Amino acid sequence: MTTAHDPTIPPPRRLKPWNVFERRLARMGITGRMLVLAAPVLWLLVFFLVPLAVVFGISLATKQFGRPPYSALLSTEEGTVQLTLHLSNYIRLFTDNLYVAAYFSSIRIALISTIITLLIGYPMAYAIARVPDRWRNILLMLVILPFWTSFLLRVYALTGFMRGNGVINQFLGLFGIPPLVMMQTDFAVYVGIVYTYLPFMILPLYTNLVKLDGSLLEASADLGARPLRTFLTITLPLSLPGIVAGSMLVFIPAIGEFVIPSLLGGPETLMIGRVLWDEFFTSTNWPRAAAVAIAMLVVVVVPIMLLQRAQNAVVEK
Amino acid sequence: MAKKPQLAIDTRPWRDPANNKPFVRIRNVTKKFGDVAAVNDVSLDIYRSELFCLLGGSGSGKSTLLRMLAGFETPTSGTIEIDGQDMTDVAPYNRPVNMMFQSYALFPHMTVEQNVAYGLKRDHLPRAEIAARVSELLTLVKLQDYGKRKPHQLSGGQRQRVALARALAKRPKLLLLDEPLGALDKKLREETQFELVKIQEQLGVTFIVVTHDQEEAMTLATRIGVMNQGEIAMIGEPADIYEFPNSRFVAGFIGSVNMVEGIVTEDEPDHIRIRSGELGCDIYVGHGVDCAPDQLLWWAIRPEKMHLSRERPEVGHDANVTSGVVEEIAYLGDISVYQIALDSGKRIRVSQTNASRGNPDAITWEERVFVTWGDSSGSVLTS
Repeated sequence: MTTAHDPTIPPPRRLKPWNVFERRLARMGITGRMLVLAAPVLWLLVFFLVPLAVVFGISLATKQFGRPPYSALLSTEEGTVQLTLHLSNYIRLFTDNLYVAAYFSSIRIALISTIITLLIGYPMAYAIARVPDRWRNILLMLVILPFWTSFLLRVYALTGFMRGNGVINQFLGLFGIPPLVMMQTDFAVYVGIVYTYLPFMILPLYTNLVKLDGSLLEASADLGARPLRTFLTITLPLSLPGIVAGSMLVFIPAIGEFVIPSLLGGPETLMIGRVLWDEFFTSTNWPRAAAVAIAMLVVVVVPIMLLQRAQNAVVEK
Repeated sequence: MAKKPQLAIDTRPWRDPANNKPFVRIRNVTKKFGDVAAVNDVSLDIYRSELFCLLGGSGSGKSTLLRMLAGFETPTSGTIEIDGQDMTDVAPYNRPVNMMFQSYALFPHMTVEQNVAYGLKRDHLPRAEIAARVSELLTLVKLQDYGKRKPHQLSGGQRQRVALARALAKRPKLLLLDEPLGALDKKLREETQFELVKIQEQLGVTFIVVTHDQEEAMTLATRIGVMNQGEIAMIGEPADIYEFPNSRFVAGFIGSVNMVEGIVTEDEPDHIRIRSGELGCDIYVGHGVDCAPDQLLWWAIRPEKMHLSRERPEVGHDANVTSGVVEEIAYLGDISVYQIALDSGKRIRVSQTNASRGNPDAITWEERVFVTWGDSSGSVLTS
């Protein structure tokens, strides 16, 4: 069964089943790269873009009783297809003071919370990035640890601290200080948001600061800059991408935050998330709620794009 | 040791330490990291306008010593004086010293001009003066057209020059350079070496250069301090270090060397005789050495200090000639290196200049040859 082989001709390559499959796909113009990319594209399409389109569609309908609780966009009457779009929901957003006030109030609360989170998170991230290696992982663990318990539970726990006869007031009572009113105020909302979103600020800042080349700081000191000057001229500008990333991760979800203002805030704490909830479940006005949601998306997307541009300008390498 | 003529003593203050005050004085400096002494009891005097090279392998403590001069590390014990002032506990930003970092440490978010101006701004100089100084420095390093670029838009050699300009901007009394040419390719490195020396002579700044590259140290330095395991093994001018090493470590670290063991058989004031079984002959050394009869010591000789011949040459004292068989020849163009297997089995390297082209009569493989050397060509080493 031995056949003389010409050594200059390589033996024919055996095709594996997937090679055959691959070739067939290639003939149709589909490459492996496209298949890999297809998965996330499909995911975004099915779970993000399609629902978004549905919400946008509902926002152009009007409220009606029945199931579903909104008018159909398309109707067939006497053989003609009719498309009915109502812009009243959007017009209402601009004319009714409630919505405008809620948007502004949300942005204000989110902005102030982001700044406080940054002020607290930056030193923490800086410290974690500078401690010896063996401490670093433990400290990072501690930052992430709160995520192991339910978010709702942690917010409830905060009420235990801040309510009239809560831990803080009991402690103050020991010194004869009358109880402070903390619950149902904006203060409690800030505490809740800052506490909840602090890890989202620390982690991107940490990943940025840990990469900071120590010899740059030495070079700055060598050229006569004191530590504070070094921080302002070297560390801070170089950590700007981390600041932007962390701020976005706090600011964007904080705008739409619903649980924290409902549990900790008072009746005067106006946030768009609560308005949205009320439209959906109290007034059962789905089209209005959908319009609020779409408007919120626009409100969030604009600052994201601005921040992204700022970040690109810094990172530009 | 052999005597050398004392030339131009005025430009070499280290040859007359009694009448010259050192500019940098490192006294008994030790630096420990945990239990490990990175720098162990180093004392070193460096004079004004010197270009001093600290030469050593990795982990020899040369960088740690440099970082202590810059102020990034504090000595565990000992003192560092610069220009008569005790600098041991002075913060880096208060020292009259600047450093050029191994990785250059250019600020990536600043332009070349801003990088160079950084130290000047910290001194709160007037804006016009800063601008003038920056352009003067960029001209010095031939980067006058690159001021508006960011570091990532520059080549390795250009970055190196920006780092040099930045380190020189404040007109420091002392410039520390940590492997200044380490990141450059060979050709660029050779060009830059001479440029660096030129700038140093032009400005008269005292340079202390850390390097692991002996060739670089030989090219740059007025004096070299060879470091080994946290200690200074030898301090001397490049020629001293190469021709008159004081220990086996220094002889082996700088250049290539043949080293043999031997026993002193004659110890006279004007010569000594060493019997070496490894070499298969006696070594006659034409000067007195501080040793005793029957002492075990080492004798080191550079490959280019030996001569090859087919015929047994005439030698005096019945010494300084041995024979062996050519085992390998490495043709390097300018020289050829012969590896000779001596009768004892010891292998030595001898290099010969290729003075004529394509010499058909050249010594070749498997030939039996005689190896000779002069009375004072080798170094006698007792440690």
